[in-house]
Amino acid sequence: MTWLSYTKALNRALADAMTEDDSVCVLGEDVRAGMAGPTLGLHRRFGGERVLDMPLSEQAFTSFAIGAALSGMRPVVEFQIPSLLFLVFEQIVNQAHKFRLMTGGQASIPVTFLVPGSGSRTGWAGQHSDHPYSLFAHAGVKTAVPATPTDAYGLLRSAIAEDDPVVLFAPAGAMAARDDVVGTPPPVPLGSGRIHRTGTDVTVVAVGHLVAHALSVADELDGELSAEVLDPRTVHPVDWELLRASLRRTGRLVVYDDANRACGFAAEVLAAAGEEAVLLAPPRRVTRPDGAVLPFAPELDAALQPQPGQLRDALRAVMR
Amino acid sequence: MTGTVPPLATPAARYRMMRLIREFDTLALEWERSGTIPGGVHPCIGQEAVAVGTCAALRPNDRITSTHRGHGHVLAKGADPARLLAELAGRATGLNRGRGGSMHAADLSLGILGANGMVGAGAAIAAGAAWAARRRGQDTVVISFFGDGALNQGVLLESLNLAALHRAPVVFVCENNGYATTLAAAEGIAGSATGRAAAFGIPAVTVDGMDVDAVRTAVAEAVARARAGAGPGFVECLTYRFEGHHTMERRLRLCYRTSEEVDSWRARDPLDRARPGPEEADSIDVEVAGILRRAADWALEQERPDPATAGAYTYAGGPAPRPGVPA
Ligand SMILES: Cc1ncc(C[n+]2csc(CCOP(=O)(O)OP(=O)(O)O)c2C)c(N)n1
Repeated sequence: MTWLSYTKALNRALADAMTEDDSVCVLGEDVRAGMAGPTLGLHRRFGGERVLDMPLSEQAFTSFAIGAALSGMRPVVEFQIPSLLFLVFEQIVNQAHKFRLMTGGQASIPVTFLVPGSGSRTGWAGQHSDHPYSLFAHAGVKTAVPATPTDAYGLLRSAIAEDDPVVLFAPAGAMAARDDVVGTPPPVPLGSGRIHRTGTDVTVVAVGHLVAHALSVADELDGELSAEVLDPRTVHPVDWELLRASLRRTGRLVVYDDANRACGFAAEVLAAAGEEAVLLAPPRRVTRPDGAVLPFAPELDAALQPQPGQLRDALRAVMR
Repeated sequence: MTGTVPPLATPAARYRMMRLIREFDTLALEWERSGTIPGGVHPCIGQEAVAVGTCAALRPNDRITSTHRGHGHVLAKGADPARLLAELAGRATGLNRGRGGSMHAADLSLGILGANGMVGAGAAIAAGAAWAARRRGQDTVVISFFGDGALNQGVLLESLNLAALHRAPVVFVCENNGYATTLAAAEGIAGSATGRAAAFGIPAVTVDGMDVDAVRTAVAEAVARARAGAGPGFVECLTYRFEGHHTMERRLRLCYRTSEEVDSWRARDPLDRARPGPEEADSIDVEVAGILRRAADWALEQERPDPATAGAYTYAGGPAPRPGVPA
């Protein structure tokens, strides 16, 4: 048994994928030095033909990867900060995601977009603290948000093997996590959720680093209420079957989601539950506020992020 | 069916293709007016020499990315005019199975990586496709077509840099038709097109884009260099679109160029210059009319796509998109 850190899990997933498949390559800013962590040491192992430091040209290198995919490669593009996704929304959504349908299925675009350190990294302020996974789910781009190192490994392996574009958000808040692992974790199919903790009173759907918070809150409230913690692992596609089954058992729902409230992932889960499940109490969501822009000062930054205390209150509210 | 497009090796073949593109877009204008084509089209009438001259410099395995004004590029690269017409009319057997229409026409089997509705977007795709093909040991070149308006897209300039750094076998072909929609190039472009390429160390030339052979010669040189591993090239073709920017323009009656200007360019019609002797030209014209008539008949007979399949092809292996209303 060894400890596997979240960053090391991403790093191992990349290395294993590159070892198995010569068409996998990595590109992004400072990937040779491995500045963000996931690409550390890959240049030494696989060389400059497969690990490409790119100039600060996000829009061009994102589409460069799309073009490379059209020549039979399976590129992984690493972005240094989540806000860069706003800059390349055109390339990911308008080009990569739409290509297959617009060409009548003539070609797929197997590119993985990797975003280590997404969400708040306290003190990085407005333009470095976004967690825009809901936008990609909304656009229909396959989107993974692993909560644990084991899932980070498994989801990144699946993302790279996927024939469609996939965005993988590695939340800053999860990157310090470590897992006990024996051997190599299995791939995690996109669209398969995970129940971390079973319960009978209420289902908590928690995303990314919030899964760990949700588990602590559930433990803390044990005895008062029995919470099931469900990690969708991918916010598009969503494992609706797992959620339905969970809601059949619990009949209550709280979503804990580090994204903006309006039109966010939590809103979608609530809406789907409202359409498809019979709930014993109105569902709740704990999210960032509408239109949140994370302020700089640490207490302000924290004040806009969903907090365990708010989750506790929401759980008690749905039990009343 | 009619899809056997002759190669562009001879002057007659090049003229034939230019004539086909001209008649194709003329028919597309009619079809747009009659409602057979939903949406609209960006006709490339007047610019045929750029498409044909460029594709005449390519091998079948070479590839292109195209623009919103892409019919000429796509046809010159060998697309079946019948299937392209069927696509424009939104039919199930169209080039893109009725999923792309004019602005997304693609035939990957012929190296047509797609027209593109976003100005300048094809350049980076072309650069990446070229780089990766070379890395995989293929001896192919990718052409990126774009207009003068695209010269102001940051992503295109970023692409010049990436292509040059990686010595990607890509040739950037700028169709400078003088206007980005209604904005004259002189009012939109500081410096020059070739100056932009030169800034990245990319050899760049300007040619008469109304002369198919001038285009072919310049592109062939750049293609040969790129194929030999010397990196990207850039060819600016001075050309003109005889029609409006988009079919909508006729209804809007926009006024941004003088009739004298349009007439002076029409007097330089690239088809006149490429026209072989009168007898041969006449027989080609008759032949093209026949090809197009059969293509049009075929296209109009094609089935419309089944609405139940509207979400098909979104993903490679699923999931099927959830419907917008509960099943
Ligand atoms: C990025 C982007 N901006 C604006 C538009 C709307 N638009 C479509 S074509 C066009 C003009 C393009 O001009 P140019 O590149 O010179 O090509 P041309 O139309 O002359 O062939 C514009 C502004 C678009 N499709 N994409």
